[in-house]
Amino acid sequence: MSMQPAPRTLFDKLWDAHVVAEIAPGVSLLHVDRHLIHDLGGHGAFTELERRRLAVRNPAQVFAVPDHVVSSAPGRTGGNAEWSEMHIDGLRRGCRKWGIRLFDVNDDEQGIVHVIGPELGLTLPGVLLVCGDSHTCTHGALGALAWGIGASEIVHVLATQTIVQRRPRRMRVRVDGALGAGVEPKDLILAVIGVLGAGGGTGYAIEYAGPAIETMAIEGRLTLCNLSIEMGAKVGLVAPDERTFAYVAGRPFAPRDQAWDRALAQWRRLRSDDDAAFDREVGIDASGVAPQVTWGTSPQDVIAIDATVPDPAHAADARRRDAIASALAYMDLLPGTPIAGTRVDRVFIGSCTNSRYPDLERAAGIVRGRRVAAHVEAWVVPGSQAVKRAAEAAGLDRIFRDAGFQWREPGCSLCVGANGEMIAPGQRCVSTSNRNFVGRQGPRARTHLASPAMAAAAAVTGTLTDVRALLR
Amino acid sequence: MTMDKLTTLTGVAAPLLVANINTDVIIRIERMSKHGRGELGPWALEALRLDADGRERPEFILNQAPFRDARILLAGANFGCGSSREMAVWALQERGLRCIIAPSFGDIFFNNCLQNGVLAIRLPAATVERVATLVLRGGSDAILTVDLEQQEIRGTGEVIRFDVEPLARQALLQGLDPVALTLQREPEIAAFQQRDRQERPWIHG
Repeated sequence: MSMQPAPRTLFDKLWDAHVVAEIAPGVSLLHVDRHLIHDLGGHGAFTELERRRLAVRNPAQVFAVPDHVVSSAPGRTGGNAEWSEMHIDGLRRGCRKWGIRLFDVNDDEQGIVHVIGPELGLTLPGVLLVCGDSHTCTHGALGALAWGIGASEIVHVLATQTIVQRRPRRMRVRVDGALGAGVEPKDLILAVIGVLGAGGGTGYAIEYAGPAIETMAIEGRLTLCNLSIEMGAKVGLVAPDERTFAYVAGRPFAPRDQAWDRALAQWRRLRSDDDAAFDREVGIDASGVAPQVTWGTSPQDVIAIDATVPDPAHAADARRRDAIASALAYMDLLPGTPIAGTRVDRVFIGSCTNSRYPDLERAAGIVRGRRVAAHVEAWVVPGSQAVKRAAEAAGLDRIFRDAGFQWREPGCSLCVGANGEMIAPGQRCVSTSNRNFVGRQGPRARTHLASPAMAAAAAVTGTLTDVRALLR
Repeated sequence: MTMDKLTTLTGVAAPLLVANINTDVIIRIERMSKHGRGELGPWALEALRLDADGRERPEFILNQAPFRDARILLAGANFGCGSSREMAVWALQERGLRCIIAPSFGDIFFNNCLQNGVLAIRLPAATVERVATLVLRGGSDAILTVDLEQQEIRGTGEVIRFDVEPLARQALLQGLDPVALTLQREPEIAAFQQRDRQERPWIHG
């Protein structure tokens, strides 16, 4: 009788393939295949390397791009914030010194690090990829094992090409059914976060699976995995399939020819075995999900656009009651009132969550033939130069500009304000980004997270609006 | 860099039992973009600690005696969720905090604490609540001793045991440098890469 190998999850296969050494029970030293660095982490890391007289071990595995502190203003040459040049120059100097490939401010490849990784084929199925940014979980959409790291870990990876990690538990989120008209992957993942909570994924690597994921475009999967960290999961994953391979094929840094054939043979094994055990399983029916919008100051504070603002009086306990009341005070919303119809001042379509071509295409579909409400300032910040070029070739920029949107240059921009671009105190912004934290888009700025189509609907109506009413 | 060792810590513990305090709230983006390590302390928890004009909010716990001198923070669930910014740990450290006790932590923040010699302790929510109620009485009741060698917290009238992973405990007690430790494994890293180059040549430049 032959011994069957124990069934393993996708996560376990990826993890096991990268173990350099087991250094304690549950703690491994893992090989890093791809290390992405950006302008808010690079300068500090290179300075620290120098101070400690350490060398970059494998510069060919490291790729750098400025995205956080660069201006998104048309015609930009760098950043406008007081600190922009320090960070951009520091990144450039370090890359030059160590021979690290840099995609500079106005290079053809520049963009948000989590947009260009997949776009350039740096992100591949089966790679272990890290970056000093919590939304690195995005890259798991291609079947890469990817997570965000801190400043000390960046230095560790640069010096050793490895990382010390505690093995997380495994969760599977199974999505059945299909998303309805006007409902997007963003709505689906916000609904999941609403159910599991901001800490529901803490300590887990999450695999998204099921019919709704299998039929989802890669860009949608990237959005899904991107928000894993908003429920506490450092890692989000989708098993690579034919869609993934078609997406990756021919990308500049993807393997070619014989190497492609070998890679493909390996990648086809990257799926959870039928009998693999997960520490937690969650199910959701996509057909029951409505367009979502956040009402509070955590991504878990989310409701359907046709629902009412929650009442702290109905909270489960005193601490939750205080948290809801404080979020509503910050957001200037009244308990029990419909969220739809809330007047907005700003709209931001962009960020590593929702700035890819299909995101802009769906938003443009809502905007076409309509005008941005007179009291609203609306921005589109494409995720990368490549997205921008593709959108311009298809005339999407004209649709946005004709409607009164600003069409801007690629970067993180209003998602985080690291380039000095911010929402004014008290202003209300509908944003396709990932965090509605207190002060995230600027001191006392009020953020409502939503999909690109919902953001477009808010721009043209001037209020939080159910996009399904605007579908053609 | 060798971390500061931590064996036993005695000091004021401040309760801040709000759930989901994220790293944006701990240190704002423009502060960490502009200021370097060593300059972040004044901006720690700015959104909670200071008003719009930069004045201290007297009602905020860390602006009140004796808690403004806290070395230990009692926090709510999912403390340090959100962004990977290690400056959040540095900012708290520069405020004098060396130990954070909470029911759970953001995973990246938890790792960042370990990298900097900050002891992050997970305790059940009910225990954290009980200790918080006690320290709020002030005076000597606000002072706790966290003993990493014995893995216990004293000063509450009971001895509270806590778990800490053996590897992390050893690193904190001895002030070990993670990079130096890994560099000792260079032969294993080289062997992995040599093997992997045959398996996955497209990974290695």
